[in-house]
Amino acid sequence: MPAKASGAGAMSSSATIEVPVPRRSVIPGGTLYRGNEGMWSWVLHRITGVAIYFFLLVHILDTALVRVSPEAYNIVIGAYKTPIMGLGELALVGAIGFHALNGLRIILVDFWGVGTRHQKAMFYVVLGVWLVLMIGFTPRHLINVFGG
Amino acid sequence: MTTDLTLDAPRAPHARTKRGINWEKWGWIYMRVSGVLLVVLIFGHLFVNLFLGDGVSQIDFAFVAGKLSDPFWQWYDFALLVLALVHGTNGMRTIVNDYVAKASVRRILHTALVASTAVLLVLGTLVLFTFDPCPAGADPELVASFCEDIL
Repeated sequence: MPAKASGAGAMSSSATIEVPVPRRSVIPGGTLYRGNEGMWSWVLHRITGVAIYFFLLVHILDTALVRVSPEAYNIVIGAYKTPIMGLGELALVGAIGFHALNGLRIILVDFWGVGTRHQKAMFYVVLGVWLVLMIGFTPRHLINVFGG
Repeated sequence: MTTDLTLDAPRAPHARTKRGINWEKWGWIYMRVSGVLLVVLIFGHLFVNLFLGDGVSQIDFAFVAGKLSDPFWQWYDFALLVLALVHGTNGMRTIVNDYVAKASVRRILHTALVASTAVLLVLGTLVLFTFDPCPAGADPELVASFCEDIL
């Protein structure tokens, strides 16, 4: 398309209008979505979801050991009480907390009449509530893992 | 003169292209319904196992036996098992559909998801409902205190 528009009808065919060349978008890909709260909540929801899924597979198997013998269960569950796994549990609880709260945000976006209008604000509410829950859980869990 | 212009009301019924059960719709609904239930159940699960008492360091065979000898926790954990595993599997199916372009690979991954979910659902259900908190011949040091009357 040429950067000029020819008038028709009453306008003479020689009249041209100069149209400024559009400025390059500063938003990558020219979308309002990419790089903003909506994208990051989606990315985090996926990553935490996959991580929780694979933990769930392991967790069903390790719990199934109660059906094998008390010794077998205690040996495997003992691995969950080491410092490194203790930090892993912190990450797991953090992932579950975010996935749960952001899941509720998704439901509100879907079903609440003004949910889409407030999706950004709700993302920050999710982060805020998540932070409060983690501040409550982290010291207690670290004391349980590292002994107090 | 004006011409008659008719517009369907918003959300008016439209001709459906496919007959039968709309599985994608029910999958979408399932994610939301199970999601709300899982928020409650998993927060409760984490609170009892990781926050109350001595947290992760209290968990051993006797602790689990004490919980699973109570039908309340048996059904609680059964609900967790089914709701969470199906929720996770359906989420993984969504991700496979998003990123795997090749139909044959997609089929393999879908089959793996369904197979692993079926195996774990059967295994988990059997464990929850055939569990013996005081197995015969078990080390008395490792089982719950209420086993003294039985062993």
